[in-house]
Amino acid sequence: MLHLDRLCYQLNEFSLTADLQIAAGDRVAVIGPSGGGKSTLLNGIAGFLVPRAGQMLWNGQSMPDHPGERPLSILFQDHNLFPHLTVLDNVAIGLRPDMRLSVAQKAQAVAALDQVGLGDKAMAYPRDLSGGQQGRAGLARVLLRQRPLLLLDEPFAALGPALKDEMLEITRQIVQQAGITALMVTHDPQDALSFAEYAILVAEGQAQAPAPIGPLFDHPPPALQSYLGRRAP
Amino acid sequence: MGLFSIDRRADAARYGSRGFPACLLTMPHQLCCSIGGRGRAKGTTIELAIYQAFRLDFDLGKAASLALVQFTICGAVSLLAFLVPLPQTDGLGLDRVVQRLDGPQHRIWDGLWISVASAFLVLPLGAVLMRGLRHMLEVPPQIFVASLTSLTIAIISTALCLAMALTLALAFARRGSLARSLAEATGILGLASSPLVVGTGLFVLIFPYAQPMAFALPITASVNAMMALPFALRVLMPAVRETYGDYLHLRMSLGMGRWIWMTRILAPRLRRPIGFSAGLAAALSMGDLGVIALFADPDLQTLPLMLYRLMGAYRMDQAAATAVVLVVQSLFLFWMFDRGGRGHATLR
Repeated sequence: MLHLDRLCYQLNEFSLTADLQIAAGDRVAVIGPSGGGKSTLLNGIAGFLVPRAGQMLWNGQSMPDHPGERPLSILFQDHNLFPHLTVLDNVAIGLRPDMRLSVAQKAQAVAALDQVGLGDKAMAYPRDLSGGQQGRAGLARVLLRQRPLLLLDEPFAALGPALKDEMLEITRQIVQQAGITALMVTHDPQDALSFAEYAILVAEGQAQAPAPIGPLFDHPPPALQSYLGRRAP
Repeated sequence: MGLFSIDRRADAARYGSRGFPACLLTMPHQLCCSIGGRGRAKGTTIELAIYQAFRLDFDLGKAASLALVQFTICGAVSLLAFLVPLPQTDGLGLDRVVQRLDGPQHRIWDGLWISVASAFLVLPLGAVLMRGLRHMLEVPPQIFVASLTSLTIAIISTALCLAMALTLALAFARRGSLARSLAEATGILGLASSPLVVGTGLFVLIFPYAQPMAFALPITASVNAMMALPFALRVLMPAVRETYGDYLHLRMSLGMGRWIWMTRILAPRLRRPIGFSAGLAAALSMGDLGVIALFADPDLQTLPLMLYRLMGAYRMDQAAATAVVLVVQSLFLFWMFDRGGRGHATLR
């Protein structure tokens, strides 16, 4: 369980407060207007920001300070892959950031690539992959790392609607099978509905506790209502 | 005639036109020395006046004051040139080849302008080359030692320049814009102070204690490194900054250590700008006739100095032949370093 205990992040004039819990294995959409603090929340959980107050607990234990030691993987909006490394290296680096792969670990990385349907692309470079395939490579690394928490920062926003839906579905399956707790920042209510069971509304510097996503969209509170406008799903 | 300056002009053109006025101001010494010969022409540049105060009058006080004037003027111009922000040209995301979206008419115009600019370089250069090639066999045997001296200085000064530029870029690329400007201002000092100005200063410093001639080589190498520093910084700083900006979070989340980050990520990503800066630094050093002109004793000479001395003795055929050797070596050094930066198959 992820527990954000009266956390507060300060960025110049902007501040974000979060006091909430996310149960293990939940898939949670992070929604809200631009500039409301969605990215700040994700960067805080990732460990890129140092909180001004409060603490973060994972299964009752304090989160390590260093992002690399936190029990999580991240899929960024872009720059998930190093362009000059092969797809295999890019994936394996999630297991061995020192890049000293044992034979067994290499086999593991290849298996992860197989699992996302990129078995034949191990020796290719990211520039040879389509947008969807790049997303899959990122997912292969998430699989390989086997960290219990996954942060997604609009990872498929640049893809076309059909491909995006497909990637979201693959991600959902992977997350579900591995029992990973996932937080996904998204601008698209439809994506939130298809991927997540819960939603955290982040607006005006405050992250609300996660609420079941269906009822939330059916009866949106004023802040969500004004964000959605007439585009409510 | 324009031979010595050719490296610098080519650099300025490749590097962005902003460097051009500053380069013009820092280069006239070589040009004027060659055109004005050794006579005391009435119309001189400050640089030539410094040189004359030095070599002809040996009036160190006068040379130092003139150096100060030159430094101030160049500093002001350099500062102006650097106030204009440099456009980002290298945002290639995934290292794919960027496609040109402008039409063929732009290509024609580009081609035309490049041809005109090239003609400006190629015609005088061609004249020297034609003459030089005919007299290749008359070149004095000292050319071997002079070449070796020039190459040694160029390679040492390139290494020094890269070490300084990389240190500064790595230390400051992630800081705020003010800190970055300060770091680049360090580099501007190199532009503001022409080799001759710095050479004058060093000579004044060393003269009371030791024979400055004894330090000719190390001083030339380090001053040349400083001259190339602003160019190297301008190339490296954005590259370092971009790499950190794009991949710092990924690195942190993967828990990648400093060594792997430096060797497996930063080094390959910076390979191109490093190769290009090294090429610039080496070519600049090869063509330089600043400090060495002040410090060298008659037994010691670099290729440009040998060329200058030959011209001073009106042995124009041999001078042209020496020029051919100088051009070939400078181009080769630049090509080698730049090529080294591009050679990596996965970074094409």
